[in-house]
Amino acid sequence: MKKIIFTVVLVAGLSACGDQPQALETSTKDSAAYTGTGKAFVNQDWKQGDKASWESQLKARNQYGQNDYTRMN
Amino acid sequence: MARMKFVCDAERCIECNGCVTACKNEHEVPWGVNRRRVVTLNDGVPGEKSISVACMHCSDAPCMAVCPVNCFYRTDEGVVLHDKDVCIGCGYCSYACPFGAPQFPSQGTFGVRGKMDKCTFCAGGPEANGSQAEFEKYGRNRLAEGKLPVCAEMCSTKALIAGDGDVVADIFRNRVLRRGKGAEVWGWGTAYGSKQAGQPGVTAPEGAKS
Repeated sequence: MKKIIFTVVLVAGLSACGDQPQALETSTKDSAAYTGTGKAFVNQDWKQGDKASWESQLKARNQYGQNDYTRMN
Repeated sequence: MARMKFVCDAERCIECNGCVTACKNEHEVPWGVNRRRVVTLNDGVPGEKSISVACMHCSDAPCMAVCPVNCFYRTDEGVVLHDKDVCIGCGYCSYACPFGAPQFPSQGTFGVRGKMDKCTFCAGGPEANGSQAEFEKYGRNRLAEGKLPVCAEMCSTKALIAGDGDVVADIFRNRVLRRGKGAEVWGWGTAYGSKQAGQPGVTAPEGAKS
């Protein structure tokens, strides 16, 4: 009986030595950009809420807006 | 999609400050706060170089590491954002940031030590996308409108490129190949010790370009 009590006390004591998680986490939640704003004032070349169309829209916009070699030639 | 990234091409930047103006206008940034700035080395000397600097949305962001209240978070696209409702305006992020990105408004409720403000990659903040509350705290959320950061889209010489890291790298690589020089993005040799990007203090061989 004494052994069991000793073991229980030992285990309970050891649990106090546990580290608190130290990972960088934040409680802030933000909705993903591809969900859109729900308003009309957005680029019309993609469907709000559709991640794939949002990604392809941004990639296309990158190319025609910022790659002047594709625009000129 | 890769992480969202900025690259500024020092061979093209003409120090017009169009990116700075566009950013301030788009987000109605208060007087005294510059989310983006143009830095020039050897100003006035032939061969001067300029780059446009803002938050670089680091993959291992030091501001995030030092923030005592964990107000920073990273979106799925790798954009580093912060929650102004959590920020206490301590300024640790300002000391930690190698780019001088965190800004502290000197007017408003918190006096000279306002809540931190920085480039959001035009991705707003934790408030509902496109809401008035989001606009007032963080500016416009262009990513949620299917657009890219206004600084890059307004850049007249296309020195500043912003968007999906893979696409940005591809555009820059293509540009370097076409002109045959200028691969060394300003500061990379110092930051990463890359031989390809050019080591600081090492004399370039005769005939080498840039």
